[in-house]
Amino acid sequence: MHPSSTWHPGLRESALFDRRTIAEIQRAAREGIYDIRGFGAKRHVPHFDDLLFLGASVSRYPLEGYRERCGTDVTLGSRFASRPLELKIPVTIAGMSFGALSGPAKEALGRGASEVGTSTTTGDGGMTPEERGHSDQLVYQVLPSRYGMNPDDLRRADAIEVVVGQGAKPGGGGMLLGHKISDRVAQMRDLPKGIDQRSACRHPDWTGPDDLEIKIQELREITDWQKPIYVKVGATRTYYDVQLAVKAGADVVVVDGMQGGTAATQDVFIEHVGIPTLPAIPLAVQALQELDMHRKVQLIVSGGIRSGADVAKAIALGADAVAIGVAALIALGDNAPEHDDAYREIGSAAGYYDDYQAGRDPAGISTQDPDLAARFDPVKGGRKLANYLRVLTLEAQTLARACGKSHLHNLEPEDLVALTVEAAAMARVPLAGTTWIPGQNGGY
Amino acid sequence: MATSAAIEVVDLAVTPLRDLNQRLHDLAAGAGPRSWRVVNPSGAHNIACGLDADIEVVIEGHAGYYCAGMNKRATVRITGTAGQGVAENMMSGRVTVDGNASQAAGATAHGGLLHIRGDASSRCGISLKGASIVVEGSIGHMSAFMAQTGAIVVCGDAADALGDSMYETHIYVRGTVAGLGADCIVKELRDFHRAELAGLLEQAGITGVDVADFTRYGSARNLYTFKIDNTY
Repeated sequence: MHPSSTWHPGLRESALFDRRTIAEIQRAAREGIYDIRGFGAKRHVPHFDDLLFLGASVSRYPLEGYRERCGTDVTLGSRFASRPLELKIPVTIAGMSFGALSGPAKEALGRGASEVGTSTTTGDGGMTPEERGHSDQLVYQVLPSRYGMNPDDLRRADAIEVVVGQGAKPGGGGMLLGHKISDRVAQMRDLPKGIDQRSACRHPDWTGPDDLEIKIQELREITDWQKPIYVKVGATRTYYDVQLAVKAGADVVVVDGMQGGTAATQDVFIEHVGIPTLPAIPLAVQALQELDMHRKVQLIVSGGIRSGADVAKAIALGADAVAIGVAALIALGDNAPEHDDAYREIGSAAGYYDDYQAGRDPAGISTQDPDLAARFDPVKGGRKLANYLRVLTLEAQTLARACGKSHLHNLEPEDLVALTVEAAAMARVPLAGTTWIPGQNGGY
Repeated sequence: MATSAAIEVVDLAVTPLRDLNQRLHDLAAGAGPRSWRVVNPSGAHNIACGLDADIEVVIEGHAGYYCAGMNKRATVRITGTAGQGVAENMMSGRVTVDGNASQAAGATAHGGLLHIRGDASSRCGISLKGASIVVEGSIGHMSAFMAQTGAIVVCGDAADALGDSMYETHIYVRGTVAGLGADCIVKELRDFHRAELAGLLEQAGITGVDVADFTRYGSARNLYTFKIDNTY
């Protein structure tokens, strides 16, 4: 519906210079700086919606509804770690920093994940006692900035994730704007309060895969080879990145598609760098299979996971587990309708809010303002997240049973077809009704 | 392994690195030898990383990457050269390199003293978070990149792009500086800084050096606020 009351059939909007494009040019001309925002990519890219499951039929035998057992557990880090993570569900919480998120929001992530037997992940800025206390299984990120990096926390963690990049900004560092640098955040990051703080895009003490191998050995030595070590990459040259991560000694590889969320990144970066999650999974799986490491080095996939269907499709394509970020925040209450008036007061609306960088979140989630953070109830938020994680799991199980699988990990590409030529090529499954997989013999 | 005059000697030519590090880590929990000698290190990586005990470890020879990484409380001395990332993310204690150190020496270190008697390569003190680094020789390019707090003392020269994008670290250089990085400027050497500098030289046991010969470098703080005028 056109909002203008003066519209008439003679007015034709340009497909090239549509209203959003015109508004952005006008904003850029006015402000002289690029747009920084949170959330993830908003453009359309081929995704799990473009895949369908082939349910059981004459040639396949289904399992009974919600009653017959369909396993969901996953072990992460069994390659080298003496204490791998044992998760009850294959849906984990992705790294999100204290700093980007409020303390109560981090607590709620821990509460919700622990209630259903899965893990949370720290983020840029270090580990908080609340987060450790409320997360039964906590993954500690080693990031380029090394903010709050502490060997005691390394030993307190259940797993370690070396972050090379993230899907929203492969090759980019981070930024936490000054209004989110509270006394506590500043103290944890060894920085002055209130400055616009950069997170480096390169690790300070290693520069390539051979160095990374030694770095991983150092982390193993410091933690006496107990902790699983993940390597997280943004999806770009995924085939090579995964092979190099395995060569460097990773127990687990995390591949974050371009739809993955962020707390603060340039819009041009979010929308124009990296490849979607859909093609990244087959590339990663191929890399692992060629090294005979598929299911030995576990693959966690993130970037745009929203439903149990997305979970099941990612696993069917070869992932061992998925991670959620934006969806977890929405489950906590981000973009909730009850905050609509407050969102509108700051120029947004429920369902559209993406200014996580601004620290003025009416839901009290992506903020360091104590008054805003106090609006958020971590107990209630944790319960909602647990509910959501249960639904994701139940939905994935439902689809797996329909395909005759007694464990989510028994799902396979053969259970899938694609709705579009693009999705068929990217996911490497046939276009529905055909045996055609475009680009099957193509390159990387 | 052998014990001589209460000094535990570990020969890395015959003892796996894992065994050495595990024994050193076990000291965090309780009693054990307080003085250690590691012989035949032969450039092995990750020697004595993750220590958390009031012990003294002397590595007789050359060490590879990340020697004494994330050190807490321990005093570690490398009689030869040190590879990349020596004493990276050190929290406390003291690490001494008698020879030269490779790049990223003392990277992200939060506390303690890293003393390099020779030269340090590029990115010395990168992202420093509170530790002190004293280099008797010179340092390579991009040193103190994004350094946050703490102090770096250089008795020799500094290569190009010193202190690029730095925050509040105090950098003292006695010799020449080939070039300053983004937002790094010469700053006044006030009484506080003279006292800090003298104290660090004393801690490192360096004598015969006049603090007045040093120039202090720090952040112009123009990059502290993200705006169009200070993009590069």
